[in-house]
Amino acid sequence: MFSFQSEVLFHIGSFKITNSLIDTLLVDTVLITLCVIIAKNIKIIPGIFQNSVEMVIQMFYEITESVAQEKVKKIFPYFMSFFIFILFANWSGLLPGVNSIGFFKNGKLVPILRSATSDLNTTLGLALVSALATHIMSIKTVGLKDYISRYFSFNPINLFIGFLEIISEITKIVSLSFRLFGNIFAGEVVLLTVSSIFAFLFPLPFLLLEVIVGLVQALVFSMLTMSFMAILTTPHRDISTNANSEKY
Amino acid sequence: MNFSISGGLIIALGGMLPALAIGLIGGKAMEAIGRNPESSGRILPAMLLAMAFAEAIAIYSLILAFIK
Repeated sequence: MFSFQSEVLFHIGSFKITNSLIDTLLVDTVLITLCVIIAKNIKIIPGIFQNSVEMVIQMFYEITESVAQEKVKKIFPYFMSFFIFILFANWSGLLPGVNSIGFFKNGKLVPILRSATSDLNTTLGLALVSALATHIMSIKTVGLKDYISRYFSFNPINLFIGFLEIISEITKIVSLSFRLFGNIFAGEVVLLTVSSIFAFLFPLPFLLLEVIVGLVQALVFSMLTMSFMAILTTPHRDISTNANSEKY
Repeated sequence: MNFSISGGLIIALGGMLPALAIGLIGGKAMEAIGRNPESSGRILPAMLLAMAFAEAIAIYSLILAFIK
C-alpha cells in the first residue's frame, strides 16, 4: 500500500498530476492565504495572531543573526521560507484523510492526498533550489574570483582541497534531500503499519513522534541551508589568517 | 506477509553506529549542561542539529532496507 513513487491521479496533456503535487498546491494555498490575511490587518498594537507570528519571526531572526552577523537580511528570507513550507508540508501528512481517503486501482489503494515531502521529487527540488541559491548568493557577495579560488587553485594542496569541496557540494544536495525524504516517508510507513495493527489508541504515541520529527526535520533543513549560506558568503582567505580571526 | 532477510540485516547493521553516536552526543550535551546550567539555551539547538546529522546515516540505510 506504500510505494516510493507517488501515484499519478490524472494527466494534463502529457504532464502527470500526482497526489503529492495536489498536496503541495494545498499547502501553498494555506500559506498564501495566511500571509494575505496577516498583511491586510497589520496594526500598530497587534492582536493575538499577529503577536504570535511576530514572536516566531523574531526568534528565528535572532538565531540567524548569531550565525551570519551582517548578511542576515539576505539569508533570513530563505531560512524562514524553507522552514515554514517544510513544516506545513510535513504536518499535512498527519491530518485525518491525507494518505487514507482514495480510490482503488488494480486492487491497491491510491490516496487522493499524500504529504508533499514524502515524495523524493519534492525534497530533491528543495535541495537543488537551496544549493543554487547558496551559490548564486556567494558569487554576488564575494565576487567570481574569490568563488573560483575556493575550488580551483595553483597550489597543489589547495587544488586537492578544492576537489574535495566539489564532492562535498554534491554530497550536501544528496544528504539534504534524502534526510528529509527518509524521515517523512518512514514516518508514514510506521503510521500505516501501526494503524493496520489496531487503529484506535495505538497510533497516538507515533502521531506525537511524527509531529516532533516534522518540526525537527524542517528546522534541520533550514538551519543547514542558513549555515551553508553563511559559510559560502565569507571570503575565502588563507587558513592561517582564518584561524587567527575566528571568534569562537 | 513475506519477510526479507536482507532488508532486515541492512537496517540492523546500519542502525547500530548511528544509535551509538546519538547516545554519545546526548551524553556530552547533558554533561555540558550539568556543568553550566544557564548555557542550556545555546547547547540545546546545537545538540539537536548534531543528532539530526547522525540520524541521517541511519535513514539512508532505512531507505535501502525498504528497496530490498
